[in-house]
Amino acid sequence: MTELRHRGPAETDLQAADDFRGLDKDGAPDGDAHSDSEAKGDTGLPDVPVPPDDTPQVLNKALSGLSSRWKNWWVRGILTLAMISFFFFIIYLGPMVLMMIVLCVQIKCFQEIITIGYSVYHSYHLPWFRTLSWYFLLCVNYFFYGETVTDYFFTLVQREEPLRILSKYHRFISFALYLTGFCMFVLSLVKKHYRLQFYMFGWTHVTLLIVVTQSHLIIHNLFEGMIWFIVPISCVICNDIMAYMFGFFFGRTPLIKLSPKKTWEGFVGGFFSTVVFGILLSYVMAGYRYFVCPVEFNSDSNSFTVDCQPSELFQLQEYPLPAVLQSLTGWATVHMYPFQIHSIALSAFASIVGPFGGFFASGFKRAFKIKDFANTIPGHGGIMDRFDCQYLMATFVNVYIASFIRGPNPSKVIQQLLALRLDQQLQIFNSLKAHLTERGLLPANEVAA
Amino acid sequence: MTELRKRGGGEPASAEKEADGEERLALGLGLAGEPDGEAEGDSKADTPEAPASVDNTPQCLSKALEGLSSRWRNWWIRGILSLTMICLFFLIIYLGPIMLIIGVMVVQIKCFQEIITIGYRVYHSYELPWFRTLSWFFLICANYFFYGETVADYFGVLVQKEEPLQFLVRYHRFISFTLYLTGFCMFVLSLVKKHYRLQFYMFAWTHVTLLIVVTQSHLVIQNLFEGMIWFIVPISIVICNDITAYLFGFFFGRTPLIKLSPKKTWEGFIGGFVSTVIFGFILAYPLAHYQYFVCPVEYDSETNRFAVACQPSELFLLHEYRPPKLLQQFLRQETVTLFPFQIHSVALSTFASLIGPFGGFFASGFKRAFKIKDFADTIPGHGGIMDRFDCQYLMATFVHVYIASFIRGPNPSKVLQQLLLLQPEQQRSIFNLLRSHLREKGMLPPTGSQAQ
Repeated sequence: MTELRHRGPAETDLQAADDFRGLDKDGAPDGDAHSDSEAKGDTGLPDVPVPPDDTPQVLNKALSGLSSRWKNWWVRGILTLAMISFFFFIIYLGPMVLMMIVLCVQIKCFQEIITIGYSVYHSYHLPWFRTLSWYFLLCVNYFFYGETVTDYFFTLVQREEPLRILSKYHRFISFALYLTGFCMFVLSLVKKHYRLQFYMFGWTHVTLLIVVTQSHLIIHNLFEGMIWFIVPISCVICNDIMAYMFGFFFGRTPLIKLSPKKTWEGFVGGFFSTVVFGILLSYVMAGYRYFVCPVEFNSDSNSFTVDCQPSELFQLQEYPLPAVLQSLTGWATVHMYPFQIHSIALSAFASIVGPFGGFFASGFKRAFKIKDFANTIPGHGGIMDRFDCQYLMATFVNVYIASFIRGPNPSKVIQQLLALRLDQQLQIFNSLKAHLTERGLLPANEVAA
Repeated sequence: MTELRKRGGGEPASAEKEADGEERLALGLGLAGEPDGEAEGDSKADTPEAPASVDNTPQCLSKALEGLSSRWRNWWIRGILSLTMICLFFLIIYLGPIMLIIGVMVVQIKCFQEIITIGYRVYHSYELPWFRTLSWFFLICANYFFYGETVADYFGVLVQKEEPLQFLVRYHRFISFTLYLTGFCMFVLSLVKKHYRLQFYMFAWTHVTLLIVVTQSHLVIQNLFEGMIWFIVPISIVICNDITAYLFGFFFGRTPLIKLSPKKTWEGFIGGFVSTVIFGFILAYPLAHYQYFVCPVEYDSETNRFAVACQPSELFLLHEYRPPKLLQQFLRQETVTLFPFQIHSVALSTFASLIGPFGGFFASGFKRAFKIKDFADTIPGHGGIMDRFDCQYLMATFVHVYIASFIRGPNPSKVLQQLLLLQPEQQRSIFNLLRSHLREKGMLPPTGSQAQ
C-alpha cells in the first residue's frame, strides 16, 4: 500500500480516507495492496491528491459513537437508501424530470472523467482546453437532443417556424458547430504541448462516446415506456447489492484478478436473485399504464402524457408450465405478462455482462491510480462509480428493444414520408395499399371512400 | 531538426531524409523553407522516437533517376507517384461501383493499420497480450455493423429473397452489439496488472481511430451510392486544392499561414481557394452529363449487378440562370446555362479550400506530437496512405451532411421497409394521412373516381 500512501497530507488522514474509500462492493478493504509492481511501469505517474472526507456533519455526529468499520457501513447504507428513495421520487415526478436528471447525471459523469484527465496529465493550464471540452459536450448534446426532439415532438416542431428550420437543417447545424470546435482545437495547438493536447482531445472524445451516447440511449428507452427505464436500472442495482450480500456471507472463490474481492458465490447468487427480482418487479409494474405506455408529447395540452392501450407485451397471458414446475407448484398454467420473460433476458444480461462494465471501471481506476472517480456521494465515491454498470445495460436495452420489441417510430416514418418527392410518395402509397388490402385491413369499400 | 535526425536507420538514407523532410511536410505549400520548428519539442522526457523509415523507392525508379541531383530526384518521384495515383483513381472509377467500394475498404484498412502501428510504437506496446487481435477484431465489428446497415438499405430486395440474410438483417444491431461486447469482455479479461494504463491507452487509441477512419469511410460509400459524382468531385477538389495551393505557395508564397505548418502561406491558401472553386465548377460540367456519374447506384436484383441508370434529377438538368449585372457585362450574355449541381460544387470547393486544410493541420499536429515524419512509408515520396487522405476525411463527412440536409430526402425503399414493420393500426392511420396528403397535392384523384 506504500505508494498509495505517498500522496498528499498527513498519514492519519490517509488512513481514514483509505478505510472510508476502501469499501469496495464486497466490503473488505481494497485488495490493491498487491499491485505494487505496477508502479514500475508508469514512471510519469502523477499522484492524484486524496480527496478529503466529506461526510455531512449531521451523519458524522449521529454516528460518532460507532467504530470506524460500522460507521462506514451505516454511511453507505444510509446513502444507499437515500439514493433509492430519490430514484422513486423522480419516477413519481414524471418523464420530464427524469430527462433532466439523466442530463444532470451525464454532465456530472463527464465532468468527473475530464477532471481525472486533467489531474493525470497536469493539464489544467492547457490553453482553451476546458472551454473546448465543455463546448464539445454541448455540441454532442445539441445533436442528440435535436434528433430526439425531432422524432418525438414532431407536431410541435412543425408548428413553430424557428423550430422547423432548426430541425430541417439539424445535422448541418450540428456539424457546423462541431467543426468550429475542431478548428478552434487546431488553432489552439501550442508547440510545447502538442502531445498533451492530443491526449486531452482523445480523452474528451472517448468520454463523450461513452457518457453522452449512452445517456441518450437511456432517454430513448424512457420514451419507449418508463418500465424500460426502471426495470433495467433496478436490476443492475439489485445485482450490485445481492452480489455483495452473497459474497459477504458465502464468498470464497475469487472471480477475477482485477477485482480481488468479487467471488463466484456472489456472482452466481447475484444472478439468481436478480432474475427473480426482475420477474417480480415486472409483474408489479406491468399493471400500470403510467409505466407501460410510451411517453408522448401532447401538443394540445403541451405536456407529456402517458396514456395508451397497453400493447400485447403488457397483457396477462396464460402460459402452460413445464412438467417440472407443475409438479413443484401444483399449478397447470401461470398468468404472466410476456414482458416478464423479457425481463429475464434483461436480468441475465445485468448479472452476467453488466459486471464487466464494473471491471472496466475498476481497471481504469487501477490504471490511473485513483480510488474513486470523485467524491460526490459520501461512502460511495462519484456519480460515475454508481453508474459504471448502468451504461452497458442502457445500450443493451436499447439494442434489445430495437431488435425484438418495437418497430420503427411512426411519427418518424411520417416525417420521412412527407419529405419524399410526390411521385415516390405515390409509389409508396400504392405499395402500402396493396399490402393492407392483402392483409384484409382495408375493406374494399374504404378504398372507395 | 536535430532529434529528428537522431533516429536509427542507415546513414545514406538520412541524407535523403533531410531533403525529403522539407518536401514531405504535408504536401506543403510555400517557399518558406525553414525546417520544422520542433527542435524544442515537448517537455515530456519519455517521448519515444519512431525508427526512421527506410527509403523504399522502387528499384526501377531509382535507376532511372540516378543521374539527377537529390532535390530534383525527389520532385520527379513525387510527380511520378502523383500521376500514378491519379491514373489509378481514373481506372477504378471506370471499373465501377463495386471496385470503388472495395478500394475504399482497402484504403480504410491500411489507414487503420498505419495509425495503430504508430500507437504501438509510441507506447512500445507490441507485447501487450491480445492487443493486436483485439484491435483487428474491433475493426471487423465496426465494419460489420456499418456494412450491414448499408446493405440492408440498398439491397433491400436481395435481402428479402435470401432467408439467412433476412435473419441477419432483422437482428443486425443485436448481432453487431453482441460481437462488440465479446471484444469488450475479452479486453477486460486481458487486463494485466503491470500494463493497465497502456492497455487502456491502446483501447482508447483504437476506438478513436475507428471513429475517425471507419465512420468516415462509410460516409464515403454512402456518398458514392448517391451518385458517383458525389464521390469523384469532392475527392478531385481536395486533390486540386492540395496541388494548386502548393504551386501558388511555391511561386508566390510569402506570408506564413499558421505556426503549425510553417511552409503553408496565405498566398497559397487564397490562390488554392480561387483555383479550386473554378476547377470544381468546370469539372462538374462534363461529369453532370453522364448518367453513369449522376445516377444513384442501385442493385438490380434481376441481373444481380449494380445498375447506374435513371432519370437524372433536376440537379443534373441544364437550367438557365440570370447572372448578376456585373457578370452579364463580363460574359456579354444575358443568361447562362448551368447545371444546378455546379452551384453546389462551389459550396463543396469552398469547404475543401477553407476548412479541409484544418484536417491537414490536425494531422500535422498529430505527427509533431508523436514525433513522426509520416504515418508510414507505403507511397514513395508521399508517405503513408493516411498522409494522402487526411484532408479527405473532413470532406467526406461534410459532403454526407450536405447531401442529407440540402439534396436528398430519405431513401424511399427504407421508408417503405419501416412502414411495413409497423403495427397494422399505425399503418392504417399513416395510409389515411398519406391519402389525404396526396389528394391535397393532386396526385390522387379526389373521392368518387376509382383508379385501382
